[in-house]
Amino acid sequence: MEANAAKADRRAERAAVRRRRDRRGVAIAALSTVVVIGGLTALVLTSSGWPAVRETFFNATVFKESFPDVAKAFWLDIRVFMIVEVAVLALGLIVALIRTSVSPAMFPVRLLAVVYADIFRGIPTILLVYLVGFGVPALANSTAEGSSSLSWLPTEPVVLGAIALTLSYGAYVSEVYRAGLRSVHPGQRDAALAVGLTERQAMRHVVIPQAVRNVGPPLLNDFISLQKDVALISIIGVTGEAFQVAQIQASSDFNYTPLLCAALLYMAVTIPLARMLDRWDRGRVR
Amino acid sequence: MSAPVIEFEGVTKAFGDREVLNGIDLVVEEHQAVALIGASGSGKSTLLRCADLLLDIDDGDIYLDGEVITDPAVSAVDVRRRLGFVFQAYNLFPHLNVIDNVTLGMRRAGGMSRAEAEDSARRMLARFGLEGRENESSSNLSGGQQQRVAIARAFAARPRAMLLDEVTSALDPELVGEVLRAVRDLKEEGVTMLIATHEMGFAREVADKVGFLHGGRLAEVGPPEQVLEDPQDPNTQKFLRRLLEAGRA
Repeated sequence: MEANAAKADRRAERAAVRRRRDRRGVAIAALSTVVVIGGLTALVLTSSGWPAVRETFFNATVFKESFPDVAKAFWLDIRVFMIVEVAVLALGLIVALIRTSVSPAMFPVRLLAVVYADIFRGIPTILLVYLVGFGVPALANSTAEGSSSLSWLPTEPVVLGAIALTLSYGAYVSEVYRAGLRSVHPGQRDAALAVGLTERQAMRHVVIPQAVRNVGPPLLNDFISLQKDVALISIIGVTGEAFQVAQIQASSDFNYTPLLCAALLYMAVTIPLARMLDRWDRGRVR
Repeated sequence: MSAPVIEFEGVTKAFGDREVLNGIDLVVEEHQAVALIGASGSGKSTLLRCADLLLDIDDGDIYLDGEVITDPAVSAVDVRRRLGFVFQAYNLFPHLNVIDNVTLGMRRAGGMSRAEAEDSARRMLARFGLEGRENESSSNLSGGQQQRVAIARAFAARPRAMLLDEVTSALDPELVGEVLRAVRDLKEEGVTMLIATHEMGFAREVADKVGFLHGGRLAEVGPPEQVLEDPQDPNTQKFLRRLLEAGRA
């Protein structure tokens, strides 16, 4: 009996120690948060430049005035993003499939795919937007000697910007897909062949679906970055893009608050995407 | 004597410098179950994979129903559609649910309609004790259940012969029985089978013929009571003695 009582005491004592430890943890986290965030805020707010920064970057009146225009322009960003995303998914998969093919007849195409991935991953996206944005219209241009044989090429800046982004991100995404294709166990292909599928059917119904599933999170990560890079198309004269509209408004009255509007809009898309990504990753671990 | 379904004739296979199969001759007759025994790495799996044309052989020939299948002109896809293969690690398709694992081959390779394939798959799954599990993800199943799905998948198209590659080796001991029951069930139906196995008791019970693979050769072939009880080859004797010492025979 006494032994049992001692056991019960120890059990209660252990629970009490655990409770104390948990409470102390919460208290420490709260305190350190207040100290760190409060300290940083105080540091910024008490600096001599803060009033000027508040006036030029966080001006409520300017914000209210410019937000509707920037938000309207942001709709173009969203549309470009969606179209480019679909094109990138398709291009990346095609390039990855070509690179993982083994048929000798595919050799030249495979070589091209390797060169493509190397070149377009090697060029900064901003530079590529310039090159496509100004280079392609030059090719399409008719001169005094006659009309260009490439006059059918697009010259619309927004189309060229979208093409540049697709080329750049397609190269990245092809590598992501390639990793995904490699991550599918060879036994899966064997099993698909063993049930009588052809190589092509095995790829289509067994390997690719699993590869795409495996690379969902890294793909989403690339799309977060693509969504922000849509702003780059403003440099080749795409009118009505959110960053460009914000920039014009900012330079007309020397107040940068419109840029903050644009930043908030970008975050409104990228942060939910990032949370989705976290969720997805957690789900996969479980 | 009934007609041979699968016939190996001088089959030789090397991986680089390592010769795994060296002149294998073996006949699997209709309704026969032939068990391949031998140490890990003795080439049991390689022989099965060669028969399903998942591996190319270097020399010799393999026949299916008297027709040579190791001729490069023969369509590997057609041959595989006539054979059922069950893998050691199940190799179920993790992105498909249980019934789709079974119907994929029937629909894409066998040209069945979805309704037709599902109807037949449902019956096949029920036969192996998996009724009610059709729509589950295969990862929710135990190893034994997964392997039974794999057997149903391989048998769904009513192949000429089943090739079973160590189908119980990846299982926890308590799950071995249910998978062996499924194989026994196939045997009772008279399904022709070539079985690579570590389960000596099972080989003794189910097999009409046992082959012992050693150093890339079939060291001994014969009825189970002879190969397992009274082996003539010194390597077979040594192998069985070791199993006995480990309490596995």
